[in-house]
Amino acid sequence: MTRTTTRTQTGLATVPETLADGNPLGTPGDHKHHTKAPAKLTASSVAAALPVAIRKLAPRQMIHSPVMFTVLVGAGLCTAICLVRPSVFSIAVTAWLWLTVLFGTLSEAIAEGRGKAQADSLRASRQGVQAKLRLPDGGTKEVAGTELRLNDVVICEAGDVIPSDGEIIEGLASVDESTITGESAPVIRESGGDRSSVTGGTKVLSDRIVVRITAEPGQTFIDRMIKLVEGAVRQKTPNEIALHVLLVSLTIVFLVVTMSLAPFASLAGATPSPIVLVALLVCLIPTTIGALVPAIGIAGMDRLVQHNVLATSGRAVETAGDITTLLLDKTGTITYGNRRAVNFFPANTVDMTELIEAARLSSLADETPEGRSVVDLAAGKGVSGPELAELGRGPEQLTVVEFSASTRMSGLDLDGRQVRKGAASAVTAFVADLGGSIPAEVGRRVQEISAQGGTPLLVATATHDGARILGTIHLADVVKPGMQARFAELRKMGIRTVMVTGDNPVTAKAIAAEAGVDDFLAEATPEDKLAVIKKEQAAGRLVAMTGDGTNDAPALAAADVGVAMNSGTPAAKEAANMVDLDSDPTKLINIVGIGKQLLITRGALTTFSIANDVAKYFAIVPALFTATYPGLGLLNIMGLTSPASAILSAVIFNALIIIALIPLALRGVKYRAVSANQALGRNLLVYGLGGLIAPFIGIKIIDLIISLIPGIG
Amino acid sequence: MTFNTASFLIQVSALLLALAALHKPLGVYLARVFEGTTSTRPERLFYRLAGVDAGTEQTWSVYLRSVLAFSAVSILVVFLLQRLQGVLPGSGTLTGVDPWVAMNTAISFVTNTNWQTYVPETTVGIFVQMALLAVQNFLSAAVGIVVAVALIRGIARAKTDRLGNFWVDLARTTFRVLLPMAVVAAVVMVIGGVVQNFSPTDVINQATGTTQSIPGGPVASQEAIKILGTNGGGYFNANSAHPFENPNVFISLFQVFLLLLIPSALPYAFGRMVGDQKQGYTVAAVMGTLWLTSVSLTGWAVAAGQGTATAVAGGLGEGFEQRFGAAPSAIFAAATTLTSTGAVNVAHDSLPPLAGGVAMVNMMLGEVAPGGTGSGLYGMLILSIISVFIAGLMVGRTPEYLGKKIGPPQMKLSAMYILVTPILVLALAGITVLLPDVMTNVPASGPHQFSELLYAFTSGANNNGSAFGGITSSGPYLSTMLGIAMLLGRFLPIVLVLALAGSFARQGKIPTSAGTVPTHGPLFGALLLGVTVILTALSYFPALALGPLAEGLLQ
Repeated sequence: MTRTTTRTQTGLATVPETLADGNPLGTPGDHKHHTKAPAKLTASSVAAALPVAIRKLAPRQMIHSPVMFTVLVGAGLCTAICLVRPSVFSIAVTAWLWLTVLFGTLSEAIAEGRGKAQADSLRASRQGVQAKLRLPDGGTKEVAGTELRLNDVVICEAGDVIPSDGEIIEGLASVDESTITGESAPVIRESGGDRSSVTGGTKVLSDRIVVRITAEPGQTFIDRMIKLVEGAVRQKTPNEIALHVLLVSLTIVFLVVTMSLAPFASLAGATPSPIVLVALLVCLIPTTIGALVPAIGIAGMDRLVQHNVLATSGRAVETAGDITTLLLDKTGTITYGNRRAVNFFPANTVDMTELIEAARLSSLADETPEGRSVVDLAAGKGVSGPELAELGRGPEQLTVVEFSASTRMSGLDLDGRQVRKGAASAVTAFVADLGGSIPAEVGRRVQEISAQGGTPLLVATATHDGARILGTIHLADVVKPGMQARFAELRKMGIRTVMVTGDNPVTAKAIAAEAGVDDFLAEATPEDKLAVIKKEQAAGRLVAMTGDGTNDAPALAAADVGVAMNSGTPAAKEAANMVDLDSDPTKLINIVGIGKQLLITRGALTTFSIANDVAKYFAIVPALFTATYPGLGLLNIMGLTSPASAILSAVIFNALIIIALIPLALRGVKYRAVSANQALGRNLLVYGLGGLIAPFIGIKIIDLIISLIPGIG
Repeated sequence: MTFNTASFLIQVSALLLALAALHKPLGVYLARVFEGTTSTRPERLFYRLAGVDAGTEQTWSVYLRSVLAFSAVSILVVFLLQRLQGVLPGSGTLTGVDPWVAMNTAISFVTNTNWQTYVPETTVGIFVQMALLAVQNFLSAAVGIVVAVALIRGIARAKTDRLGNFWVDLARTTFRVLLPMAVVAAVVMVIGGVVQNFSPTDVINQATGTTQSIPGGPVASQEAIKILGTNGGGYFNANSAHPFENPNVFISLFQVFLLLLIPSALPYAFGRMVGDQKQGYTVAAVMGTLWLTSVSLTGWAVAAGQGTATAVAGGLGEGFEQRFGAAPSAIFAAATTLTSTGAVNVAHDSLPPLAGGVAMVNMMLGEVAPGGTGSGLYGMLILSIISVFIAGLMVGRTPEYLGKKIGPPQMKLSAMYILVTPILVLALAGITVLLPDVMTNVPASGPHQFSELLYAFTSGANNNGSAFGGITSSGPYLSTMLGIAMLLGRFLPIVLVLALAGSFARQGKIPTSAGTVPTHGPLFGALLLGVTVILTALSYFPALALGPLAEGLLQ
């Protein structure tokens, strides 16, 4: 039978298994240990963000958002006019223009604030950490963790906080990584192999390791994470730039529209005041989306961090939304990490119950997942009996026979009766030694199971009378529940899934068919993975994959979205553009959703923002010109009270809608796995048609209220 | 004059049926012309004379330089030869054209605008008409088509920097599309009663016994390409309201058919060239919906205009051609402004204000329903790109159009395209209002005065060429301003379109999947329609309110 290296340290379950078993394919946000930021606005979060928002009003910062900068300039202009010629109307409009700008910066500040608490706790984990630096002469010296440089070598012992990111060059230790992953179960880190990297800020629980530092000061994982959650490293992504181009163009058009309106109206003898023109301009330019773009971007990254994924750039997150091909490792992602018993096949002369009982006995002491799966399957077939502990207390003499590489069997000796299970060749040899032989039908069954890609285990008993083979246990890969539905969902979204496995093509094909993936890559080497990625990309597709080994690094670097497991090697993490702190390969599917959600939110609010303008025209244009051309009163379809109240209502609506949409910007528009056409139809209806209608209602309500103010109504 | 609803409906249906029947064969033919590899004899002769290597394809920048150089030389030639008219044959007693008028006319005909700041009968002779203006009617129409073809190639091709050869495309469009079609159209027109002779003036005896001189000329041949190439520059000042250009209702309807013909067949050619016919149908359906809506609104506004107080005071009579009646006038007015034609069979100034407003909106849409030859299609494709950008974001994917990614560079070019005409119209009209001396050239008052001015710049910047009338544009200021509007309104978009074509061609092709926003079908069609209308409304609503809306809703 097979034993995996991780299982030799029984009791220290590694993170991937914990998560993979408990939560095979979660939807965004359902990882139990995540600290979920509240989607609702609380008074305290607004109050905390307010000072930051006011600081952000500095023109030097505002210039990055041309739309809101235009509002700022307009508000400044109106303030100057108010000082010269104050009136209730002009002061009210000016005040609301300032509020419009403030609401914009406030949304950004609130989004940033949500990550701040997380950043603070991360920072605290690094505060005052001392490192035992190994000197060239072999001695050690205490230095501050923040002073460590690349390639320094430090020693960490039980109870130490690892001072910086590094690679274990000597030793093995169990490490508590809960500061970064939120997962309390410790993980094993050891030198050599794919689990050699350690992260600064995590804690050594046992043993002693020697670590070579792999990060420059200020460039460690935690430093990057802090920057990410604080939104400090936000760069505009290509889609964001393209959107900005559209928003700036609209702003320019509306600038020309309002500026040309002055001479046009003067020809009619109805020159509007500068305050009114600024109000019109601010209402028309896409302030709603212009104000919320930074918040949407920050919230998107924040959602990723909440899923315990770190991205090197916002661009990678957006690319995730564009992915058309997912390369998924079979083991751990599509199937459980270990094979499981799926059936018993007794020999011709053996009763089924006898086989199951023997199989169960032989597996009682076997703590591996395979062993437990045999006991579980037996229970499922209605065969149960005493536990190992009870047997030990019983009258019979009990000896546990551990698996060893030389015997390749395990089992029990119970009062001279030997019960064994193990690899077919080993059990056959064991029986032959004692004068027994393998029944022909059992031999055929063994070949059959192997041909299907399963693992056959033989069960045998031996007494002083001799030995005989009772039958076969079929171990097979078990596809995690719900995978097929999830892949169908992905297909509906236009994403192809390719299963990557080291299995032979026959096995791979069987599992691929069972899981419902679109394609598979059998007997895959890292080079094969790279070749598949190149091939898909040549066909114009965007590929995402996960990996953890150093030999995955080239493929991770080549993939459009490469997600490295946090448990992986530094080389893998370096090559990837995202790191999953939970080391959960199924996370890729959630990442795609987060990327899409980010774009959808932007698109929906852009549509809403532009559609809003129609109602604003119907409020402001009749207000401006009905006095000159009474016929235009027909355009006042909302029946707004007076020109002053109409204009002010439009300005107020324009400002309040920003506040109203902050929760949506932070939470993101709900993403459903449906085809693009369905998603478009739905969102057009909600945000396009909704955006057309909502302001008519909103402006009318505001008008009804403010018309009570003397000097306006 | 009354508006005959039944005749209106019959004529609109006849047009729709005729275009539906012909758009496919013509579209297939157009696609074949541009995808072909052989040359005809006149084309080979042209290549030899022009020193063109027909086998070499050009990059977008070389293609663009060819378009611009060709157009610049055309403007210069048309300008200079108008100035030299006095020494040229076939000009009779006419002398050189006034420099401002010559400049405006040269730009106007090369940009496919055909705004006529001159009175043809008293300004230009047969030589200028035939050797300059008619030639430009062919060439400017061809330029629009080849630019659209270059954009289609950019979309259809992958990982190349070649968009085709401008000179080859120009020659093929002229020799294989425009010339043969114009010949057939001219023959139909002659049979229908359009004048075709070489006697500049006929002296006829009227019933009253007095004699009258009436200018004649090669009208039918010129008329055919004027309409077919969505040019619109009439042989006579009265344009298609003149009985020699447009003798009867049948010819009037035939002209509407001709001016819609090539623009409405181009979407089919587009679908064929990008290998997805549904794309072409969707574009055509959006164009058709806009056209039907617009022509219905115009018909409604004209019909509604007949019973009002204005109607009593002369109403639908003044400015309308009695031979046609109100319905054909409404159909013609809608079609000429929805394409970049600008030929008129009714004085748009005399349309009821709301109908005049619809004519303005038609142009403000960017003339995309179905638009000028070529320019209508590339305008619609740019609007599709803007629509797909918004749609792509809304489904959570980097937007792509027919397998081409819409990134920041593509968005910059498309957004600038959308900016060009509104800025030209609003800024130039705004500046003009501030100049009291210039405003004396627009003597009307109130909203109607503003409508005339707004119409002039809308027509110029959109390369339509129709006039609302009531405006004297031959002076230095207005002819220059309108010249700028026409030049920039034509060539800035062409620069942007060709740059976009180049950037598309360089890209690979992204395969479509269920995650791709389909750019065909009713949903995308509705979105495209919505984006087109809303972008127009947002840019022009206040101006329209002060012009036609104020006038039309005046109580």
